[in-house]
Amino acid sequence: MAAKLPKDVRKTIRFILDGEIVELRNCDPTRTVLQYLREDLQRVGTKEGCAEGDCGACTVVIGELVSVPDGLQLRAINSCIQFLPTLDGKVLFTIESLAAESGELHPVQQAMVECHGSQCGFCTPGFVMSLFALYKSAAHPDRREIDNALAGNLCRCTGYRPIVDAARKMYDYHSTENKDKSSWLSVPGSTVLDELSVTEAQQVDKLRSIAATGTLHLEFDGKQYYAPDSIEELAALLRQNPDACILSGGTDIGLWVTKQHRHLASVIYTGNIQSFKQISVSASHLTIGAGAPISDVMPMLSQYFPELDELFLRFASPPIRNAGTLGGNIANASPIGDSMPVLIVLGAELLLRSGDNNRVIALDDFYLDYQKTALARGEFVQEVRIPLPATDATVRTYKLSKRFDQDISAVCAAFSVAFNENIVTNVRIAYGGMAAIPKRAVKCELALLGKQWDDAGILEAVSALDRDFAPLTDMRASDGYRRNAAANLLRRFYIDSKQGETLTNVYHYGR
Amino acid sequence: MAVKIANSTIRGGVGASHPHDSARLHVTGGATYTDDIPEPRNILHAALGVSSQPHARIISIDLEAVLAAPGVVAVITAEHIPGENNYGAVVADDPILAPDLVQYVGQPIFAVAAATVDQARQAAGLAQVEYAALPAILDAETAVREKSFILPSETLRTGDSRSAIELAPHRLQGKVNLGGQDQFYLEGQIALAIPREGGDLFIYSSTQHPGEIQHAVAHAIGRQAKDVVVECRRMGGAFGGKESQPALIAAVAALLAQKTGAAVKLRLDRDADMIVTGKRHDFVIDYDVGFDDRGVILGINFCYASRCGMSADLSGAINDRTMFHTDNAYFLSDATIESHRCKTHTVSNTAFRGFGGPQGMFGIEYVVDEIARQLQVDPLDVRKVNFYGSDTRNVTPYKQIVDDNIIHEIVDKLEASSDYRQRRVEIAQWNRENDVLKRGIALTPVKFGISFTATHLNQAGALVHIYTDGTVHLNHGGTEMGQGLFTKVAQVVAEEFQIDIDQIKVTASDTSKVPNASATAASSGSDLNGKAAQRAARKIKKRLVKFATEHFSVSAKDVIFANNKVTVGEQSLPFQELIKLAYMARTSLSSTGFYRTPRINYDRSTFSGRPFFYFAYGAAVSEVVIDTLTGENRLLRSDILHDCGDSLNPAIDLGQVEGGFVQGVGWLTSEELWWNQDGVLKTHAPSTYKIPTSSDVPDDLRVELLADSANREKTIYRSKAVGEPPLMLALSVFHAIKDAVAGVTEGKRSPHLDAPATPETILTSIENLSVGLDQ
Ligand SMILES: Cc1cc2nc3c(=O)[nH]c(=O)nc-3n(C[C@H](O)[C@H](O)[C@H](O)COP(=O)(O)OP(=O)(O)OC[C@H]3O[C@@H](n4cnc5c(N)ncnc54)[C@H](O)[C@@H]3O)c2cc1C
Ligand code: FES
Ligand code: FES
Repeated sequence: MAAKLPKDVRKTIRFILDGEIVELRNCDPTRTVLQYLREDLQRVGTKEGCAEGDCGACTVVIGELVSVPDGLQLRAINSCIQFLPTLDGKVLFTIESLAAESGELHPVQQAMVECHGSQCGFCTPGFVMSLFALYKSAAHPDRREIDNALAGNLCRCTGYRPIVDAARKMYDYHSTENKDKSSWLSVPGSTVLDELSVTEAQQVDKLRSIAATGTLHLEFDGKQYYAPDSIEELAALLRQNPDACILSGGTDIGLWVTKQHRHLASVIYTGNIQSFKQISVSASHLTIGAGAPISDVMPMLSQYFPELDELFLRFASPPIRNAGTLGGNIANASPIGDSMPVLIVLGAELLLRSGDNNRVIALDDFYLDYQKTALARGEFVQEVRIPLPATDATVRTYKLSKRFDQDISAVCAAFSVAFNENIVTNVRIAYGGMAAIPKRAVKCELALLGKQWDDAGILEAVSALDRDFAPLTDMRASDGYRRNAAANLLRRFYIDSKQGETLTNVYHYGR
Repeated sequence: MAVKIANSTIRGGVGASHPHDSARLHVTGGATYTDDIPEPRNILHAALGVSSQPHARIISIDLEAVLAAPGVVAVITAEHIPGENNYGAVVADDPILAPDLVQYVGQPIFAVAAATVDQARQAAGLAQVEYAALPAILDAETAVREKSFILPSETLRTGDSRSAIELAPHRLQGKVNLGGQDQFYLEGQIALAIPREGGDLFIYSSTQHPGEIQHAVAHAIGRQAKDVVVECRRMGGAFGGKESQPALIAAVAALLAQKTGAAVKLRLDRDADMIVTGKRHDFVIDYDVGFDDRGVILGINFCYASRCGMSADLSGAINDRTMFHTDNAYFLSDATIESHRCKTHTVSNTAFRGFGGPQGMFGIEYVVDEIARQLQVDPLDVRKVNFYGSDTRNVTPYKQIVDDNIIHEIVDKLEASSDYRQRRVEIAQWNRENDVLKRGIALTPVKFGISFTATHLNQAGALVHIYTDGTVHLNHGGTEMGQGLFTKVAQVVAEEFQIDIDQIKVTASDTSKVPNASATAASSGSDLNGKAAQRAARKIKKRLVKFATEHFSVSAKDVIFANNKVTVGEQSLPFQELIKLAYMARTSLSSTGFYRTPRINYDRSTFSGRPFFYFAYGAAVSEVVIDTLTGENRLLRSDILHDCGDSLNPAIDLGQVEGGFVQGVGWLTSEELWWNQDGVLKTHAPSTYKIPTSSDVPDDLRVELLADSANREKTIYRSKAVGEPPLMLALSVFHAIKDAVAGVTEGKRSPHLDAPATPETILTSIENLSVGLDQ
């Protein structure tokens, strides 16, 4: 049943493509951007390699006006799992957008040609778009940054070396002299609003003119799609429509449609709510709006918890992190979600909201059973509150997977331990991949608390840990490996906490 | 005696690092793949309905809900196939749609055509199929035990390995498991069938073998080859996965097109692609080896059991190649190589870069490493004492003389340039000082035989036209899958006519232009098609010379093609001028060319002869670090020296070397195919099947093509094939990992390590080593 709506609902979506405003009235809300491009526009440069966000062949770039830094932000996303109406209010760049009308290649494209960065070429449009996003955000990336920018793009032919070379070479073509003449797209680095070129300023004006304000409502073939622009409106819509599916980044939900062919009758999109993405810091807490994309969460977390850098760098890929939200990760309640073990050990709390009612719940208490949370019908996650780090605690997270980048954890571990004179005064340990939910290792914690932080104590804790979990065997790892590795991660944490000379992490070694 | 072209200033001649001919199209999104072809009016989209059982009789299929689903226009099952229900090219045991028996989870049972892709896929999920389960054999070991073979087991024998092993001072026996690999081409399987007049069909197929598609489709629809035309401009990767498998996809599209009279496209989504189509064979390898104090192999027995899956497909030739590569670069005086081709109730495994060769080489490299660890010497020394000689110790187990051996030279160079010995010492010291992380290093060689082992396949045709404006249309039987074949062949033709490569258009592989072409496979693409195109060009050139001698009254030696011009005696005219004149004088400006590989002959009944025209060589040194707590690992550095003969295009060949190497690294490390107990593949998408990403490629990667190494055989400009051999350079990474694991006991014990060496496999290896289960 359609919900009661405020008077000023919009019935169309608007976005910019090739410099023109596109307005769509009747569009299928769960049609993907990729389907729209390939099937409706016959704009077939963008490819499908997996339809699940994992190969990058479908990468496009989305532009949005943001306030920090004040300007136009360009980010790569996976068009294969992005629903079409989420383009509302944004500018879309595809592989066809880059070359100049004269046929002159964009620096990224030119570099790819000269470095022999394509063989079969099927992955190439996606790589070019990821590189384009990098080009427009970083000046002279090093190999780690390049690898990170390409973490969501698979190439089966080249072995990547020539593409990495292209990522370095692409900056060679730009000369500051013809800055005004060349399209702003071919100017490297991000621009803040007062430095805009003429063409860029025009884009910005156009973007302002189509800002996604008010509530959007689409109806298509019995499917409802709402996109409110305030938390209050979101709460109201959910209250009237408690069985609607909350769509945030869609990086989990997209796959329900593309892979499981699920029919979503009613969807409420949170992405147009700016206040839902806010991140703020008080004396005691870091407060993250549930709708903040992981990409925005990372630098903040990094500031206060530098130990988490690697975990979040290995969380999916830039395009997924640009879309996927922290709230979505938490609410999705996957036993192998990466943010939860560490948030549990940090003592994070959630602000839940239903209508006008709020409640606060410890993340530790949020997970009830496999993919079951404490969320009531019509209730949603509004904020994640993370206590700022206690000075005496040592915090670490470790993710184990078959591949370093863009892989789902077989085991994910998080530790926070405080000592006094080598006696454990406070301990929180949580694991993902070891049970039906992300879960604390209670027996293990108990074995450690009040004991000496030494070899004997760890031995005890390891055997207690074995009683905490009964993991499963699946394609990612056997139960035996999960058990052993979980214990060994505790050992690793112990070694790392001593901050001695013993090296433990192959990914840091030699770098 | 390299045939180098002097003073040529044409763009894209032979030996130039010219970009891929489609590079510009690739980077702008303008390259057309099969799914990008503008769709014909009223096109229908197809989807497959597949088996959920590994082995079962079909009792009944209820398709009512499928037919009633929105958008559905037609559904077909086995009984609707007017022609032959088979797409197996070698053995007729590959039904297009399972008639009454299913033999793997994912086997197509029916196909549906609907107005949209989504509608077809959704409808395909609605069938009710009733099965009567039969016992299923899911792995090679069980198959061997139950004597379940898809093809007869074979044995390749040389000398008397039994006595040699018994008399040898040392002996080792063991078993190792080697996983398979999904091709994971980025563009999934796809075909588009378009009805033409009189019931003919035009097929666009993403295929390495258009001719095979032509036959499979004609047979399926009950017509003949002349009624079907197949075209393929390019594939988004293939790697062997589009050698035999696309026939299934094209046949289904064709059958539905025939039934509905509409154009039909079948594009598998990634999951269907990985579940329905075949992969690299996984193996269980048993060995028994006798050797002397220096590690020289005196006698060896191998038993290779591969999981072929439910049908023969190309498994015969693949497993033959495994047998032919159990020597790698080593002389085996007394060897018995047994090969079981196991029938299992899993997807039928198929071609994948290396075509069984990598698995054969994996076996011998594993054994050589074990010998070295047993003797407590550097594995490189054991490798060296076993290398083929130049004049002696140079006969393969299949009696071919290795007459072009350059492995010593390559390995010596690489050993020096990579500081192998010094690094080994440094690593051993480092490992003594580090408890948790361990490093390892290994140098492994590659020798790979070039030619199809089925001799008759070593032939190719080409077609060249010159238009009156002097531009050239080039067509040949090879297909472009990213390997740069079209570019290389165009370079050959550019060189021949001495014109810039942009004057040449390479057009889509097309069964109506060049007939009966072999699959583009066995790394032979540029060897075969380059020669065929050269011959076609030479025929035209000969006519042009003849015309010029008559027209300008000069002798033939005074007609010189160079730098986009033709010099005739004293005067020089642009190439297109000569063409215009020749046309006016009614000279034929079109020709075919044909090539067959010389010197090869081979008798399969005795497994002896000269199956290979020549060998391609290479070697790699890799260094890794592992974490002994978790099994995580990282490749730190690789040095590669690879032999491409006199390269037609060094940039493209370098791309093949690096790309092949990284693909091989994936095979042996992160790419794990995992089936559950019910025979269901659970790693069927990139979320669960992990091919290497950019960060898996070491910062320190030093790849070189061997300089001054003209092919001793008269191949096209003395180049060498490069598609497959580099994949096996990745064996160095596997052995570096094994070396790092051995570092846990300071090299005193030899770890058992299966492939792929995932973190879990590595940790298991370490644990077994520590509790002394291994020796
Ligand atoms: C290729 C790929 C790689 C991935 N890699 C990782 C990884 O490494 N680690 C990892 O942890 N995850 C990974 N994921 C999963 C996914 O990206 C994350 O879970 C992401 O954080 C989900 O956020 P979202 O905003 O996209 O959620 P959505 O897909 O929008 O929603 C997910 C679920 O949460 C609900 N929901 C969303 N927001 C709220 C809210 N505010 N209140 C209540 N319910 C809400 C939705 O209704 C839905 O049930 C990966 C996904 C893909 C496709
Ligand atoms: S198609 Fe693979 S990520 Fe979108
Ligand atoms: S060029 Fe083929 S997948 Fe990258």
